[in-house]
Amino acid sequence: MIVRILEDGQYKVDKSTAKKLDELDAKLAKALDKGDDSAFAKHLAGLVKTVHSSGKRLDPSVITPSDLAIPAPTSTLAEVRELLSSETMKVKKKKG
Amino acid sequence: MSVMKRLSGVVQAKANKVLDRVEDPRETLDLSYEKQLEQLQQVRRGVADVATARKRIELQAEQLQASATKLQDQARTALAQNREDLAREALTRRAAIATQLEGLKTQHDQLVAQEDKLVLTTQQLQSRVEAFRTQKETLKASYTAAQAQTKIGEAVSGISESMSDTGMAMQRAQDKIAQMQARAGAVDELLASGALTDLSGSTDPIQAELDKASKSGQVDAELAQLKGQLAAAGPAGALGAPDKPAEAAPEDDKVVDAEPERDEPAADAPKSPDPFTLEDKKGES
Repeated sequence: MIVRILEDGQYKVDKSTAKKLDELDAKLAKALDKGDDSAFAKHLAGLVKTVHSSGKRLDPSVITPSDLAIPAPTSTLAEVRELLSSETMKVKKKKG
Repeated sequence: MSVMKRLSGVVQAKANKVLDRVEDPRETLDLSYEKQLEQLQQVRRGVADVATARKRIELQAEQLQASATKLQDQARTALAQNREDLAREALTRRAAIATQLEGLKTQHDQLVAQEDKLVLTTQQLQSRVEAFRTQKETLKASYTAAQAQTKIGEAVSGISESMSDTGMAMQRAQDKIAQMQARAGAVDELLASGALTDLSGSTDPIQAELDKASKSGQVDAELAQLKGQLAAAGPAGALGAPDKPAEAAPEDDKVVDAEPERDEPAADAPKSPDPFTLEDKKGES
């Protein structure tokens, strides 16, 4: 599975790593919903760390789409919220 | 819901907007190459913009630092002159500057991080564009094979995803710069209004007070010296003058205020060696 960390690059991760990422992802989503900045920062850092340590960085000359995307390591909860809200708007526009 | 999946969707949506796909995928390859070159230019400009913003903040920090040092000196001078009120005022202003400086430092750190990241992005983009250029020629050459068509589709999706990522990074950097500029503008306004600095000019009230105090200190000293000389020289000539101190005092005041030259009080002194003149001045200030 290919994961992109925004503003960082693409990584290939195996199944067990992907499972770990899913768990952290669920916690990140919860923090995002609650508006808990510190939990958000913690779990985002956890995701990035997991990918960095267990994933294999793709050579930049490999040009391929990703399956999942992780926010840029320095992004704040507010920034990610805004990014995701732009997605909702687009979906609504498409439907309308 | 999964943040990673949703975010992936956002990136894809933005990626689709990056490229106008045309019917012949080979043309899309060429188009996306052009777009990448454009983006490379944009990122390079972005690096320059961040550097400019960073330098502006550094300049402001230097100005604020200089004001802080000056205020510290003024506080010390004021205390030496027993003007605790002035010293307090100077230190209060210094504290306000320290707060501003802290804010600037945070922003400066963020800008440096942004700059580093954009420089890295430029390098990565550069090598990706290079790689893409050779790959697209290979893919175009073998276009008739079904396998190549799938690969072209992947390459286009992959490259537009990368471009969308870079585009978002640029957007973030620009937002940061805009924030900095708003803040830098506010600090510039403060600097211009003299609220924070410009304390070296004639409009600096603390310095004016200190100068006044030190001048009246000098006058006191000169007066004491003159008195000593008069006392030593004998009473005859000196006794006549102190008969009209009430008239002389206000006149002296005006003269001293209008033209606070050092020789004024000295020139006045023989005419009216009256300590009230200075006492009045102290009362005013």
